[in-house]
Amino acid sequence: MVSCEPIARLIEAFNKLPGIGPKSAQRLVYYLLRRPDEEAQTLADALVALKEKIGLCSVCFNITTTDCDPCPICQDEERDHSKICVVERPSDILPLERTGKYKGVYHVLHGVVRPAQGIGPEELKTKELLSRLKNNSVTEIILATNPNLEGETTAMYLRRIILPLGIHITRLARGLPFGADLEYADDMTLGQALESRQEF
Amino acid sequence: MKADRNSKKPFMSTARNYQTQAVIIKQIKFSEVDKILIIYTPEFGKLKAIAKGAYRPGSKLGGNVEPLTHSLMMLARGRNFDIVTQSQTIDGFIALKNDLWHTSCGLYIVDLIDSFTVENDRNPPLFNLLINALHHLCQTDDSEIILRYFELHFLHHLGYQPQLHQCVACNSPLMPVVNFFSFNQGGILCPNCSNKEAAPYPLSVDALKILRLWQNSDYATARRVKIKPKLSSQLRQVMQNYIKYLLQREVKSMIWLQKLRES
Repeated sequence: MVSCEPIARLIEAFNKLPGIGPKSAQRLVYYLLRRPDEEAQTLADALVALKEKIGLCSVCFNITTTDCDPCPICQDEERDHSKICVVERPSDILPLERTGKYKGVYHVLHGVVRPAQGIGPEELKTKELLSRLKNNSVTEIILATNPNLEGETTAMYLRRIILPLGIHITRLARGLPFGADLEYADDMTLGQALESRQEF
Repeated sequence: MKADRNSKKPFMSTARNYQTQAVIIKQIKFSEVDKILIIYTPEFGKLKAIAKGAYRPGSKLGGNVEPLTHSLMMLARGRNFDIVTQSQTIDGFIALKNDLWHTSCGLYIVDLIDSFTVENDRNPPLFNLLINALHHLCQTDDSEIILRYFELHFLHHLGYQPQLHQCVACNSPLMPVVNFFSFNQGGILCPNCSNKEAAPYPLSVDALKILRLWQNSDYATARRVKIKPKLSSQLRQVMQNYIKYLLQREVKSMIWLQKLRES
C-alpha cells in the first residue's frame, strides 16, 4: 500500500489506462518522480490540452483543435470536396492520407452498426452525413468501413439511405492483402479477389 | 447436458488440442490484434476462445473467424480462454452477408443463441438447427418464415416449446375460435380460461394452425406455406413477445430488424 496520497492517486489514474496494470502504473509513477520537474509539467500540460483544446470538426467529425474548426482537411481548397470518404474512426484517416492517392474529404462515423449491442445508425454520425450530402454538390461517396461483418453491415445500411439521393457510391476494393497466403484465405476474401482481378 | 471439455473430446488429437466444428456467434475486440470469439459447437455448446492476431492483415485466421461463419477449428486449451490455433471455413454464408436484411436476420439468430445459452451446455440438435437456419436464409427471400420456424424449434430445443394443442389451464381441446397465448404458462388458453389470466395475447385460428404446422414439420414444408402480411405480423408479434417474456428483456437485434422493416 502506498502511503503518499499524490503517488497513490497517480498510480490509480495510470492503472485505468488500457494495458497498464498496477505494477506498470507504479513503475511509471516512480520513473516520473525521478525526472526533472519540467518533464512532468510538459506531460501534465499535454494531458490538460488534450481534453481542453481537442474537439471534433463541425463538418467531417474528425479530431481537430478547437481553434481550428473546420479541420485543416475540410478547409483545404485544393482538395476535391465533391468526393467524401466515409470512415469508422478518426484513426482510419491517417493510413488513407499516407497513401497520398486520395485528395477528397472525409466523414467520420465514430463507430459501426452493432445490432446485438443496440448500436444503430442513430448513435453514429449518419444524420450529419445525410445533411452534408443534401446541402453540397457531392458526386461520389467512398464507403471505407472495415471489411468485416460490422463494417459491411454499416456500408450496406449507408448504401440503402444514400442510394435515393442519386450519388455515385463506391466501396474500397476487397481482396488479398500483401503478404497473405492463398491457402489460408477465407472463401469470401478469395471470391472477391477473383471478382476484382485486374489486367496484369 | 453439461459437457466436460477435459474428459470427453471426440475429435481430440492430443491432450492439449481438440478439433470441433463451430459457428462464430459474436466477437469482442480484446487487444490491438486479438479478438475473443463466442462460438457455438455441437460437442461443447457455447465456448469462448481467443483468436490471436486475427486483426492483423494477412492473418491465417482473418476471415475464417468472422461472425456468421461455420468453421472447422483446432483449439488449444488455455488458462483463461481456449486458443484458436487453426480455422478452416466450411461455409461462410456469403449470400447472407451480401444483403443487409439477411445479414441482420443472421445476427438476430446468433443473438438469440447467445442470449439463451450458457457455456459448456452441449446441445447438438440446436447446432444443427442453427446451421440449417443460416443455410435457408441464404436460399430464400421469405426470411420471416425462416425466422419464425427457427424461433419455434429453438424454444423447443431449450425446453420452452409452447403447448399449442390443448388449453394449458384446463387441458380441454382447443376449439376453432380466437384463443389466447399465455406467455406466463407457455401455451394456449381457451376463451374461458383466458379471463383468469392478465393480458393474454389473442391468437387467430389461422395463426394457431400455422404454428402447429411449423412445430411438426421440416423447413421444406414450412417454406411452402403462403402467409398474408397481416398474419405474418401476428405470428411475429406472438413469438417475439414470448421470447421477450422468457428473457425478461428486449433482444437488441430484434429491435434493429424492426427498424429495417419500417424503413
